[in-house]
Amino acid sequence: MLKKFWWGLVVGTAVLLLAACGPDEPEVLRLATTTSTEDSGLLEVILPDFEEQYNAQVDVVAVGTGAAIQLGEAGDADVILVHARSREDAFVADGHGTERWDVMYNDFILVGPADDPAGVQGMALAADALAAIAESESTFASRGDDSGTHSKERSLWEAAGLPTDPEVDWYKSLGQGMGDTLRFADESGAYTITDRGTFLSQQDSLPNLAIMVGGNSIDENGDLSLYNPYGVIPVNPDKGDINNELANSFAEWLTSVDVQAMIAEYGIDTYGQPLFYPDSQAWRDQ
Amino acid sequence: MQTLLDAFLNAFQLLTSGDPELLAIVGLTLRVTGIALLLALLLGLPVGALLGLMGRFPGGGCVIPLIYTGMGLPPVVVGLFVYLLLSNQGPLGELDWLFTPSAMVLAQMIIAWPLVVGLTLTAVQSHDPLLPLQLRSLGATRWQLARTMLLESKLGVFAAIVAAFGSIISEVGAVMLVGGNIRGETRVLTTAIVLETRKGQFALAIALGIILLLLSLLANLALYRLQQRGAPR
Repeated sequence: MLKKFWWGLVVGTAVLLLAACGPDEPEVLRLATTTSTEDSGLLEVILPDFEEQYNAQVDVVAVGTGAAIQLGEAGDADVILVHARSREDAFVADGHGTERWDVMYNDFILVGPADDPAGVQGMALAADALAAIAESESTFASRGDDSGTHSKERSLWEAAGLPTDPEVDWYKSLGQGMGDTLRFADESGAYTITDRGTFLSQQDSLPNLAIMVGGNSIDENGDLSLYNPYGVIPVNPDKGDINNELANSFAEWLTSVDVQAMIAEYGIDTYGQPLFYPDSQAWRDQ
Repeated sequence: MQTLLDAFLNAFQLLTSGDPELLAIVGLTLRVTGIALLLALLLGLPVGALLGLMGRFPGGGCVIPLIYTGMGLPPVVVGLFVYLLLSNQGPLGELDWLFTPSAMVLAQMIIAWPLVVGLTLTAVQSHDPLLPLQLRSLGATRWQLARTMLLESKLGVFAAIVAAFGSIISEVGAVMLVGGNIRGETRVLTTAIVLETRKGQFALAIALGIILLLLSLLANLALYRLQQRGAPR
């Protein structure tokens, strides 16, 4: 009788121990990123691999680059993945982030109404095309939301020697996301600057828009200023309540050769070309 | 905490600075909501009064649940409907209203109309059932009857106006979709708040929110005074 009891105790304890050794609750990583990475569907495809490897759960907050950086500054995100190089460098220089890692790139294009009132189709440089649009006072739709794309658009106007965010009738500053801005351009016969990925993924619902500058793929894009690099930055743990260890693992994972290969593949099936091109140090070194 | 403090300071500075862009946004907000509310009242009050009276007759009972459902229409769905109506491919594409204040007025009117109708008809229904009978026996036509019942239901009608105003001045989904949030053309307070939030300008966004609330408060104070003046003593 007593023997049975002892055996029961041993077996019971063993079961409890085994249960306790099972998988822990996943750790949460808060990733603030831009709408372009989320809307393209890339994160959905690659993140499960990270979650499995690190027993983590990634909470993605997809906002404009300006807001993503703000989330990092406020310590409301553990890691940010954005595309606005000069602001990323400032983020690290000001001590908000620990280090910026190259991740990937794609390119911007200028799209516009197929009848092309400004006569810019086939121009090599976006700045020249913008100058022609301003000259002919053709409608131009701007994101106007301080996003990475808006930052790029401003620098292109500057390159054309023209004022940024002009307050004129033909310049429509929307303050909306890329998809909304493209739909506006499609409806109102406006030109706009977009990242190629978002345009490709929504092209079916944009019957009136055609690519004006940037060619049909990144290889045909002759304007280096339309290059669009993405960087990942773990947020400085000084802000408190930051999961820095997991954020660093995330940056390392995202830039690893295996994940970079996944990025290189993504989109080829659907669009006949990748939406992003891998560009991490590890990828370039191999 | 700092952000909240900044926000209040920011709101105060914005209000006192008389920034022309802000004034334009406030002006457009009041214009769009005001016109939409007026139209909704013109088209909604008579219908509400009539339905309130008809509710006592067979047949009226199947329209009213539809109106009540309309009171809970998600603004973004209304926006989508108006968008498709006014889009180049839509039946009213010829109007070229998409991304103009006219489209925003149309959307807000559609959101406000069921609220006006629903609350008015409830107010009219809540009267002594013998009152309409009495009025009819005195020889009132249907419209005279509706008018008298409306006047007798002042409080309920005020509730309808206040509810409709509150729901459309604070609405963002529909005006964002059909207005496009174009700076200087179709940007109103709510869409400006969404924009500043997206840009990470939280203090400015909250400041705009405070201004929106102040506007709403002022409008409701005015309405309340009007109601008090009309109230039976």
